[in-house]
Amino acid sequence: MIEIKNLNAWFGENHVLKDVSLKVPANGSFGLVGESGSGKSTVLRTMTGLVEDWEGNIVVGGQELGHKRNKDFYRQVQMVFQDPFGSLHPRHTIDRILSEPVAVHKLGNSDARVIKVLEQVGLDNSFRFRYPHQLSGGQRQRVSIARALILEPRVLLLDEPTSALDVSIQAEVLNLLSALRRDLGLTYIMVSHDLAVVAHVCDDIAIMNHGRIVERATASQLAQGSLEHPYSQQLYKAAGGYDRAVIDSFVDWD
Amino acid sequence: MTSETLLSVKNLAVSFTTSKGPVNAVRGVSFDLGRERLGIVGESGSGKSQTGRAILGLTAANGSITADKMQFHDVDLRHLSPKQWRKVRGARISMIMQDPKYSLNPVMTIGDQIIEAYREHHKVGTKEATHRAIEMLEAVKIRDPQRVFKSYPHEVSGGMGQRVMIAMMLIPDPELLIADEPTSALDVTVQLQVMAILDDLVRERGMALIFISHDLHLVSSFCDRVLVMYQGHVVEEIRASELDQAKHPYTQGLLNCLPKMDGNHDDLPVLQRQASWAEG
Repeated sequence: MIEIKNLNAWFGENHVLKDVSLKVPANGSFGLVGESGSGKSTVLRTMTGLVEDWEGNIVVGGQELGHKRNKDFYRQVQMVFQDPFGSLHPRHTIDRILSEPVAVHKLGNSDARVIKVLEQVGLDNSFRFRYPHQLSGGQRQRVSIARALILEPRVLLLDEPTSALDVSIQAEVLNLLSALRRDLGLTYIMVSHDLAVVAHVCDDIAIMNHGRIVERATASQLAQGSLEHPYSQQLYKAAGGYDRAVIDSFVDWD
Repeated sequence: MTSETLLSVKNLAVSFTTSKGPVNAVRGVSFDLGRERLGIVGESGSGKSQTGRAILGLTAANGSITADKMQFHDVDLRHLSPKQWRKVRGARISMIMQDPKYSLNPVMTIGDQIIEAYREHHKVGTKEATHRAIEMLEAVKIRDPQRVFKSYPHEVSGGMGQRVMIAMMLIPDPELLIADEPTSALDVTVQLQVMAILDDLVRERGMALIFISHDLHLVSSFCDRVLVMYQGHVVEEIRASELDQAKHPYTQGLLNCLPKMDGNHDDLPVLQRQASWAEG
């Protein structure tokens, strides 16, 4: 479904992605893990056309992407951002937020689509005419997911979709994402700083550092902790909580 | 470690008057704190931060605090004048906030800010204060303290900024440090490194620490004792080492809903909230 080969990207002089390659089968889920500045979000942003200066091959659904994305691409590929507070228009109702992509893509039948998509993300109809500030963080993230789903895309790019949420709400949203992938046959690329979240949702995982993929692992390899690169081992140990001996062994990767 | 009681809080309540009626953020919180590391854990809106802020008298103007007791050593924290507060805040109890980007002054060098914190409570000359500030930057393991001393906050990374905050809060040598999500804005490895620095300093100086966080695992691996808060109440108090024996369904629910690295993609158990938890 998605194949990226030797992707390089620059912000001005700054070389932020270095030969990133990855493959995601249809209905697969791929996780990118790393710390701030590792380039994990930039991979997603380059795919959706939010980064201008890049080289390499990106193939989505058999179509090679150029530097311009057409409307068809956005029907296929939708992105969900990290912050549910910043990504919804504060003065538009949920109904208007959800109908806008339908209008842009001239799909028609907006009423029925909004009702259906709200149900898919587990919000009842009473949310339809509310404003984002009347919703909790978890409900807002459900709306962001609904906005992506309303175009019936085949690929969702998820950029830290749960890191702004409480753990109990995170569990609900992760369950929702897993169910949607199962039911709608979606393909995911998920970015997170949290190894456990990615290990839970994704089958294949890549660990990034300074714009490079330093290691790849499957969810079961990660479960056994069989990581080879010292950076990924460090990240793995850090996920275990506060342990003085482990912290003293940390090396700076700057 | 719990030899003497440093801070004793009985039946603390914080409520805010808003246009939609009163909001009770903290409802009857009691605890005694010795020279130990106490964790306060809860989700957003549980009242954990408001508990910390009330101890320092930082509750917003539309809020009111009531308590049967709020005793810090010989000081009754319930009825202090602004002038009396200034003698406590910083000097004896101090607080580290979540994001160093917003709690450092952007138009003042880091060195000047640390010096200001020190001289607020110690009558010393600039030279002595400068010397102390650089020593303090070394103590929080900043590799090039001279350079950081002359830098502005935007010139340092998040982890470095939080170390600067720790330096600034600890330089007046307080007895109690309240850390409100001090590492939530940082990457995991940096977060742990900052906590290790905090740990060392708190031990060396024999300080008490209140560590407020949403991360139950992190807190329990770091603190001696944990208070779990839900809707303004403490629902469970537990020794950090015995967290796996938590009895309250809320604590258990919080622990269970965390994704684990076990290669299992099954649905996560979801917290089933019960109205009775909110009654304390």
